[in-house]
Amino acid sequence: MALLDVNNLDVRFALRRGDVQALRDVCFSLERGERLGIVGESGAGKSVAAFSLLNLIAKPGYIAGGSIRFDGQELTAMSDRGLRHVRGHRMSMIFQDPMMTLNPVLTIGEQMVECLKAHRRISTKEARAISLRKLEQVQIPSPAARLDQYPHELSGGMRQRVIIAIALLLDPDIIIADEPTTALDVTIQAEIMALLLELCEKHNVGLILITHDLGVVSQVTQRMLVMYAGRVIEQGPTREIINDPQHPYTQGLINALPQMATPGARLNQIPGSMPSLDNLPSGCAFHPRCGFLKRADGSTRHACTDEVPDFVTSGNCRVACHMVAEMLDRERIPAEEIR
Amino acid sequence: MSSTAHAPAAEPASPLLEIRGVEKRFSLSGDFLEQLKFKGGKLVREQKHVHAINGVDLDIQRGEALCVVGESGCGKSTVARTVMGLLHPSAGEIRYDGERIDDLSHQALMPYRRRMQMIFQNPYASLNPRMTIQQTLEEPIRLHHPDWSAQRVKDQVAEVMDSVGIAADWGARYGHEFSGGQRQRIAIARALAVDPEFIVADEPISALDVSIQAQVLNLLMEAQQQRNLTYLFITHDLAVVEHFGTRVAVMYLGRVCEVAPTATLFARPRHPYTQALMSAIPRLEDDRPQHIRLQGEVPTPVNLPSGCVFHGRCPHANARCRSEIPELIVSDDGSQVACHAVEEGRID
Repeated sequence: MALLDVNNLDVRFALRRGDVQALRDVCFSLERGERLGIVGESGAGKSVAAFSLLNLIAKPGYIAGGSIRFDGQELTAMSDRGLRHVRGHRMSMIFQDPMMTLNPVLTIGEQMVECLKAHRRISTKEARAISLRKLEQVQIPSPAARLDQYPHELSGGMRQRVIIAIALLLDPDIIIADEPTTALDVTIQAEIMALLLELCEKHNVGLILITHDLGVVSQVTQRMLVMYAGRVIEQGPTREIINDPQHPYTQGLINALPQMATPGARLNQIPGSMPSLDNLPSGCAFHPRCGFLKRADGSTRHACTDEVPDFVTSGNCRVACHMVAEMLDRERIPAEEIR
Repeated sequence: MSSTAHAPAAEPASPLLEIRGVEKRFSLSGDFLEQLKFKGGKLVREQKHVHAINGVDLDIQRGEALCVVGESGCGKSTVARTVMGLLHPSAGEIRYDGERIDDLSHQALMPYRRRMQMIFQNPYASLNPRMTIQQTLEEPIRLHHPDWSAQRVKDQVAEVMDSVGIAADWGARYGHEFSGGQRQRIAIARALAVDPEFIVADEPISALDVSIQAQVLNLLMEAQQQRNLTYLFITHDLAVVEHFGTRVAVMYLGRVCEVAPTATLFARPRHPYTQALMSAIPRLEDDRPQHIRLQGEVPTPVNLPSGCVFHGRCPHANARCRSEIPELIVSDDGSQVACHAVEEGRID
């Protein structure tokens, strides 16, 4: 059984005008030490998915259904006390903006000691020694001096290293990183991503990496999920999805990248923009922007506008798309007829 | 002596925009009384500056898209704002179409303001929330063409709205009713409304989602072809530069370290910083990060390093790099590189 198993997760936000469903039928799993990327544009629900794993969804959001099983325990049914044990200790989180995550009025050392003491019965001296070791692991220059510095005295890249050190403090099984390098410059981003990857591999820590950058996903993760309008629309091994995306949205996302086009030529754009979650189109949420609504012979595929697509398995990937399902059906029949 | 003086003689018509030795310092020390400090029993005046740009030389040719890339704090936005006259350079000069524009009065600058327009990074901040789209787009036309009839202004607005793909009947709406991509289209329409010839775009797609970035980049390229525009395009995204730029200028800590035609730069980056920057782009085909590791982080522009600003992080730095500031040197393939190691042939 996988270390983390998420099934049919349904997250809603109770607003005055009614519930808005931020996540529908989200299913994925993570093995011990595995690195999973969650990709999508703003509003796709990738951060909500990550936050709901630790039940960190702020009101009016709530988990309306589905299950999150972590190491045999059901997290959605767990008490606050039980969750506090899991948070930080078994699963820790790295947020986007390192300045917002660190407390500006406490020194780095105080914040690290506080975190250790909340979970373990140890002396301040021991806690400082562990903190120092973690700071050394994230390759901060002069780590001993950093313990007594305040966050504002560090650069953005160093702050994010401190955050990684804090995330690793209690030797968690899984790190959830929500756009950990978006606020940083490219060269610093490359350093931080390489560090995170190296530490996860060395300590066999699982990583759930939320990002909009397909290049980063391809460098760091083994499997990926693509999300659109609150649903997972494609998942599978990262290399296979990047090299041969099946869902028209994934194809569009990859083909829209400037590095995929000949310099100076028109980029392949996806028309329109992501629908708002409280007013989703019928059937497949992507259908108003999809270039494959009509079949090759010109007939309309009514399923796209009428029915929400189920997952079909294509190779090692799972795709929620009527067109892919139809193509797979067509391939399958002749094979059976021959037999 | 700037190295651009010995650029190849085969250069065609004079550049549209010339930036010569431009410097911009921002004072950090406040007013005169705040600058006074007691030191060793004496009253001394201390002034601290952020050296945002230090001696930038750039030419922008007609019809090209010059991309300026660099990391935050390298001065690329300061260059854009100085060119537009939103900031006054502390030293150096800026010439537009042969005429010096950095010392003009507000009134004298007006004709140039029509010919040069700017697109900003954040379309949520650059549109006035209290104006309808129609008002937003009419304002620059009325300002620059006070003699135009109301009908002519309306026609012009309809024309630019159409050219950026915004339906003309949306004019009565306010900015907040649009998505980020649509707002950026409106911001582009506002820049195009007065038929400029030169557009400064400061990170115009950084705030947008990937699929929307492609739409906006396509729009900017179409506008360039149809209206024969010249762009100064500021970005930190090298993948966009590779696609969009005619030439690229790489900046580091307020100085230009390399200028080259886009294809040349991407085929053969020569400055050690350009090489590191390019290796840091996460590429789809990579299975692992493949970047060149740089030592340390970008120094503060308050106390600039001596010599080459990059020497503290450069794997090829020697004594000369630590003491002497490298100038841009034109090399055989048309690129200009400011690096002692490249000049001496210590690195390829």
